[in-house]
Amino acid sequence: MSAVAEVPASAGGPSKFTKINEAVIRIAGNSQDGIQAIGGFLARLAGRSEQEVMTFMTIPSTISGGPSIFQVRIGSGEVLSAGDEADMLMAFYQHSYEDHVHSLKLGGVVLYDSDHVTPKPEWLENYRHVGVAISGKTVEAIGGTGRDKGKNIFALGLLARIYDLDVSKLKKLIDERFGGKDTSILQNAITCFESGYNHQLQDLLKPYQFQHAEIRGGHQVVMNGNEALAFGLIAAGVRFGAGYPITPWSDIMELLRRELPKYGGSFIQCEDEIASISMAIGGSYGGRVAVTGSSGPGISLKTEALGWAIMAEMPLIVVDVQRGGPSTGMPTNIEQSDLNIACFGGHGDSPRVVIAPSGVEDCFYTAIEAVNIARKYSTPVIILSDQGIASRIEAFVEPDLKNVCQDLTPDLTPVADHKPYDLKATDGVTRHLPPGTRIASGKYPVVTGLEHDELGHPTGSPKLHVAMTAKRRNKLKKLAEELPVPQTYGPNEGQVLLIGWGSTHGPMREAVDRFRGLGDAVSCVSLKYVHPLPNGLEEIIKGFRHVFVVELNDEGFYGYGQFGAILRARYCDPKIRGITKVDGLTWKVKEIIDHVRAGLAQPSGKA
Amino acid sequence: MSALSFPFTTLPRTTGAVAEVPPLADTDRKPLTKKEISADHPTWCPGCGDFSVLALYFKLIERRKLWHEKVTTVAGIGCSSRFPYFVQAHGAHFIHGRALPFASGVSLSRPDIHVFVFGGDGDAFSIGGNHFSHTARKNIKMTYVVMDNFVYGLTKKQTSPTSPIGFKSKTDIWGSTDRPINPMKQAISAGATFVARTTHTNPNHVLEMMEAAMDHDGFSYIECLSECVEFYAGAFDASNPRKGGKFDLIPKEHDVTDEYAAYKLADAAWPGYFGILYRNPRATKNANEAKLIADHRAKVQGLADWQILQKSFDRMK
Repeated sequence: MSAVAEVPASAGGPSKFTKINEAVIRIAGNSQDGIQAIGGFLARLAGRSEQEVMTFMTIPSTISGGPSIFQVRIGSGEVLSAGDEADMLMAFYQHSYEDHVHSLKLGGVVLYDSDHVTPKPEWLENYRHVGVAISGKTVEAIGGTGRDKGKNIFALGLLARIYDLDVSKLKKLIDERFGGKDTSILQNAITCFESGYNHQLQDLLKPYQFQHAEIRGGHQVVMNGNEALAFGLIAAGVRFGAGYPITPWSDIMELLRRELPKYGGSFIQCEDEIASISMAIGGSYGGRVAVTGSSGPGISLKTEALGWAIMAEMPLIVVDVQRGGPSTGMPTNIEQSDLNIACFGGHGDSPRVVIAPSGVEDCFYTAIEAVNIARKYSTPVIILSDQGIASRIEAFVEPDLKNVCQDLTPDLTPVADHKPYDLKATDGVTRHLPPGTRIASGKYPVVTGLEHDELGHPTGSPKLHVAMTAKRRNKLKKLAEELPVPQTYGPNEGQVLLIGWGSTHGPMREAVDRFRGLGDAVSCVSLKYVHPLPNGLEEIIKGFRHVFVVELNDEGFYGYGQFGAILRARYCDPKIRGITKVDGLTWKVKEIIDHVRAGLAQPSGKA
Repeated sequence: MSALSFPFTTLPRTTGAVAEVPPLADTDRKPLTKKEISADHPTWCPGCGDFSVLALYFKLIERRKLWHEKVTTVAGIGCSSRFPYFVQAHGAHFIHGRALPFASGVSLSRPDIHVFVFGGDGDAFSIGGNHFSHTARKNIKMTYVVMDNFVYGLTKKQTSPTSPIGFKSKTDIWGSTDRPINPMKQAISAGATFVARTTHTNPNHVLEMMEAAMDHDGFSYIECLSECVEFYAGAFDASNPRKGGKFDLIPKEHDVTDEYAAYKLADAAWPGYFGILYRNPRATKNANEAKLIADHRAKVQGLADWQILQKSFDRMK
């Protein structure tokens, strides 16, 4: 870039900026470049500016690095997905440029490191190309150490200039991030940032400015889904857990290991997945709902012990952060293909509860609800998160912690008599007394995986097996009645109903907005309580001519995804069809729209 | 979004309309009789060695004046693992091979309870082998009694990990060829801090070992030979003086803190030595976790849980 005389940044009137409501910025480089850090800063800044933000990242599953991207969508209004097309691509290398230029919308901006990227003539027409010698300028700024480190902060400075971001807030974030370390590190970071911020783009690019965001009331917190889930468990009163490291679940166990001692609890790293769930069940038996969790193959390993918890009716939280499967599959990609194992995994008739949070904020509250369901119905509850929710960062209104935090300290007060598996229990639910509780009658219970009588002693009685099987089933049928009735987004009558669960929530709602903007009568319903199903869905389905179940798993032998198949079995309605994909990426709004249109053009058969 | 569909509720403690009872001072309570401490009649075959272990567990409870609620018995799967049903106390009958991690969960979350785990050789050394090593290594406080009969009994005579070479079972009709596991060596090398060996035919010795194990602060392991009269009759005659065998106590001069000496004793020719082979306390997982908690709690002294969480959230703004 040519050196031109400096123009003071404050000069000029409001016309100096292009006003925007939102921006989708994709940053592409290698995983060791600190790309995630840029995204993290932008997300936290948005959170402090009352803006909504959602990020999306891909990290290679190799240890030493490789291509990596981070996409951040910042908006003044509601942000529901990571954004289909980027407004700006920041490309650090030739491969970043070539692999991701097509993620830009036509006319989008390529901001590239001119030290590493040579623009291709055939793309010059479709995209605005702005080259900055990011690597060279960074070296120049921090004294020519030649290290790659720092160029992410230089790039952050550039973005701060281009999007007129709040510099003092960003500097404070940088200070919080690097301030604890060697002062020279912080100084270098600030120097890099300023050098990027003061870099003159001149008329190559007119800076943007976000419209003022509506004040949402209360502070916002910024975190990813794994953090929200782990903190939710702490708020719920969980003080014991056990796990084994596996991506992307590990973050949750690391956080719980680090944080629980502050609350008088512990999280134990076990020798394997089976030991983890067994130890967590032991903790639950000890008197307080405990947690274990995993991803992918780890969930398969846990199913036998899960069956025991169902048979013994032990409250337990199992977190499943889904990734691409089967087997080792795609460890760092998103997929919703664990629904079947979550709902049905295991031998025998084994009813359990499955809940799928719809986003980062929902992870926090879902964790608390899961714990309360587990307690109330004395049952294992599986929380089905996914790699997308786990790793993306969102800003949300800070929870009212004082009112939300729960105390689950076990009660060891003596009782007169006790039968855990009482068939005449008033609410039909088993209650366990933690060991250490005196039972004055002198009759003590055993918790067991064998079919048992009311005290937990083994029985081969056909009558008791029938009665106990019904007891385990009926308590969760009762739960189904208690579940909130699902609400449609959009009118509850129309042409097309989209049904989704978990993280499809955001893109599905955006698809509805776009359809409605075009005058199409499309609504959607996102289910959080997926097993057992809540009441009322049948009525909603009746109001639409076409129903498409949107999920991230394979269409299977019969043309429906896993949830689609459950809904067809449940409602016996041939108008329920599936919209599925397994490319390891979150739904783009456009993909959903295209699938719906294709499905409508082909009225019978597979969508 | 902050209205929970399932808010916190105070739940009934038991299933029926059962009143709580006034606390009874321990000094006003009578010690338990054998009748009060026994529950279901054991399902074992007549003559099974496990009867003797159960009787001595009752004796331990009587002698130590333990109350029902202070006893927690955990087992996995196998003939011997039926144990918790026969004891009138809090108990858990878990899945095959995983009794130790389950018991670890109880032990680590409830430091006020001493957990006893009973099981067989299949549970301990085959399907649960991994857990045996890691529970020993972590030194989680509990007592684990393996009633070793050298055979799978519940499934009717298949080779077990401790079956000697040449043992004819339904899965090795020509005689087993796999080198058997030596449980004491396994325990010592895994890092168990208490390793003892006894046999069901010597009740006083079994009780002595149980008492010592219970007093040990850490993972205490007892290998108890327990004959399966149905599928491996006479397996331990060599250790029974009444059947012409010899019951050799561990030599008095043996240093129980000497790992190598213990390992050598564990390797002695059949029927080997009985008694405490190794006892060398070190910090338990329970104590390490408790220290971690104490250190962290000191830093948040005076804060309610929600305030501690608030501090974390303040850093995420």
